[in-house]
Amino acid sequence: MPRPSRRAFVAGTAAGAAAAAFGMPAIAQNAPFKIGLLTVKTGPLAQGGIQMEQGIVTLLKQRNNTFAGRKVELISADTGGNPAGAKTKASELIERDRVDVVLGPLAAFEMLAINDYIRQQGTPVMSLAGAEDITQRLANPWVMRGSASSAQCCHALGDYAAKELKYKRAATISEDFAFGYEQMSGFQRVFEEEGGKVVKKLWPPMITPDYTPYIAQFGNVDCVVNGFAGSNPVKFMRSYADLGMKRIPLLAGWTAMDDALLKSLGDEAVGVVSAAWYSASLDNPVNKQFVADMAKDYNVIPGGYSAGMYVAGQVVEAALAKTGGKADDKKALNEALRGVSLTETPRGPVKFDAYGNVVGDVQIRRCERKGGQLVNTIIKTYSDVSQFWTYGDKAFLANPVYARDYPPAKNLE
Amino acid sequence: MSLWLTLAVNSVALGGLLFLLSAGFSLIFGLMRIPNLMHGSFFMLGAYLGVTFLDRGVNFWLAALGAGLLTGLVGGLIERFLLRRLEGQVLPQVLLTLGFAFIIGDVCLMVWTGDPWQPATPAQLQGAVQVAGLFFPLYRLVILAVAVVVAIALWVMVDWTRLGAMIRAGVDDPPIARVVGIKVSQLFTLVFALGAALAAFAGVMGAPYLSVYPGLDFEMLPLALIVVILGGTGSLLGALVGSFLIGFLYNFGQAMVPDLAYVILFLPMLLVLVLRPQGLFGKVGA
Repeated sequence: MPRPSRRAFVAGTAAGAAAAAFGMPAIAQNAPFKIGLLTVKTGPLAQGGIQMEQGIVTLLKQRNNTFAGRKVELISADTGGNPAGAKTKASELIERDRVDVVLGPLAAFEMLAINDYIRQQGTPVMSLAGAEDITQRLANPWVMRGSASSAQCCHALGDYAAKELKYKRAATISEDFAFGYEQMSGFQRVFEEEGGKVVKKLWPPMITPDYTPYIAQFGNVDCVVNGFAGSNPVKFMRSYADLGMKRIPLLAGWTAMDDALLKSLGDEAVGVVSAAWYSASLDNPVNKQFVADMAKDYNVIPGGYSAGMYVAGQVVEAALAKTGGKADDKKALNEALRGVSLTETPRGPVKFDAYGNVVGDVQIRRCERKGGQLVNTIIKTYSDVSQFWTYGDKAFLANPVYARDYPPAKNLE
Repeated sequence: MSLWLTLAVNSVALGGLLFLLSAGFSLIFGLMRIPNLMHGSFFMLGAYLGVTFLDRGVNFWLAALGAGLLTGLVGGLIERFLLRRLEGQVLPQVLLTLGFAFIIGDVCLMVWTGDPWQPATPAQLQGAVQVAGLFFPLYRLVILAVAVVVAIALWVMVDWTRLGAMIRAGVDDPPIARVVGIKVSQLFTLVFALGAALAAFAGVMGAPYLSVYPGLDFEMLPLALIVVILGGTGSLLGALVGSFLIGFLYNFGQAMVPDLAYVILFLPMLLVLVLRPQGLFGKVGA
C-alpha cells in the first residue's frame, strides 16, 4: 500500500475538518453504497474466486452500478484462499474501506476464520461457503447464505438415487475435509433412510495427484457418489473413466459437476447425474440474460460461483429497495436482508429461513453432449428445498453436525 | 487380487512420472548444490505450455518437446543471469527460487486462468489394456516406457560421454574440476536448463491424467524432494529407485491405510535422513 504523502494527509485532514463543520450527513447520503467482495484471485482456489467476481460484476453492469437509486461501489479483496488472509482482508474491507455489506468468502475454512470477527463488527455477510453450522448450530445473526449449505443438494441427490434410480448399494468419495463430510453424510442419511446402503466411504486428501488407488477399491456397488471440488473432479472423473469404471454410474454434488467446469471435462462426464442449486440451462428470463451476458463479457458458461454472487447481489438490491437506499443503520439493513424473498433470480425463487440460509430449488441434472458441447440437462426439480430437508429445524438441530463418522455408517463392508 | 495388480501397475507408472520429474532435480542439486524450489513450477509451466500447443493441434510428442525446450530456456536464463550471482549462498538461493516459484505460479494464473485444463489422451494411446479381466489404461504404460527411455538416455549421457564425465567431475569436486579445465559454470547453466526441460517434459506427459491447474507446482515439489532425499542427490540411480519406491508407497499406502498415507510417504524419508543422510545412493555428503 503506498503511503499517503504528508501534503495529501494535511489536505485530507483539513477537508475532513471542514466537512465536519458543515455537517456530514448530507455527504454520507450521496456517498456510494459499498459492497466488499471477499474472494480468491491467487492460488489453487482462484478459479472459483474469479468466477465469483465475474458474477457480481455482471449484475452491477446490468444495473448500471445503481441499486435502488443509489450508486454502488464494488471493492474486491483477494484472501489468497487461506484463513489468515480472509481475516486480514475482512478487517480491511470493514474497518478501512467501511463497506456496507460483504459478499463471500468462498471456502468454509475462510468463513469459519472470520465468523467471530463478523459477529463483533456487525456487518452483514452474504456467504458462498457451505459450512453447515454457520447457519445452524452456530448461526451468526449477521451471516446469510444464498448458495446452499453443504448437504442441501446432497439430501435431494440421496432421495433421487434411492427413489427414482432405485440404487441399493452406493460408495462415496470426497475430499478429507468438512465440505466433503457434510455432503456425503447428507447423501448417506437420506439414501439409507429410503432403503439404500452406503457400503464404502473413501476420503482422499485434498491434494491427491492420482486417484487410482481409491478408484480400485470401490468393489461391487450400484453407484459411486463424489463430492469433489475445485480441480479435483476433473482429475477424478478422468481416472474413473480411464480405469474402465464407467459401467458403474457416477453421481455428483454441485461443485463436482458445476457448469463452469464442463469446458474442462470430456466424454468421461457424459451420463453423470448431479444435484445442484444452480444450473446454467435453467429456463427463466433472468437466467437467460445472465448466461448471455457472462458469455459476452467473459466467454464462459456461468456456474454456481458466479450465480451465487449474482443472487447475493440481487438480495442486497432488494434489501436496499426496502430501506429506501439507506444503509447507515446496519441492524435495519441486516433485517431487511433477512426478510428478502425474490421470485426472479437465475436460480429461481429464493427466500431465507430463520437461520439465514436459503430455501430454494435443487435441480437434478444429467450430463449430455449436445452439438459437441457438454450440457447438464435438468431431469427433475425439487422445489423449495430447505437446509433441513424434510426433517424440520428442531429435529435436525437436535443431532450433531454432519461429520466424517456422523451419521455412523452401519453398512460398511 | 485385481486390486493389488491394479495398484502394482499403477505404482510403476507413477514411479515413471516421478523419475522424469526428479531426475533433473537430482542432477541440479547434486552438481550445483542448489535447492531448486521452482522445480515444481517448471513442471507446471511445461504442462501449461504443452496443453497450449495441443490446443493448437500440435502433435503430442512435439508439444512435449517444445514445452521442454521453452522451459529449459527459461531455466537457463534464470541460472545464467540470477542464480549464478548467488553461488554458494544457500539462503539467497532458496529465496530466489521460492520467489520465482510464486512468480511463475501467478503468471500462469494470469495467462491460463484458474480453470483446470485436461488435454485429451493422444488418440493412438487411448484405451485400456485388458489383462486377466483387468482394465489398465494404456497411457500409463506409455509414461513408464518413456521414463525408461529417458533413464537410459541419461545414463548413457552421464556414464559414457565426455559431457557426462565433466558433470560427474563437477559433482565430485567442483574446484578440482575447474583446475583441470572444465568450464564448470557453463556446465551449471546446461544442467540447470536440462533439469528444467525434463521437469517440463514430465509436466506434459502427466497432463492427460493429472490435469493442469493452479497449485500443481506445489503438489509436485514435495514429491520431487522426497524422491531425491530418499534416493540421494546427484545420483540418477538414486532418483530411479526413489521414484519407484515412492510410487509403490503412495499407491499401497493410500489403498491400505488411507489415514496414514502421508506418514507412510514421508516416514522412509525420515529414516533415511537419520540413518543415511546422503540418501540410498547419494554421492554428496550431508
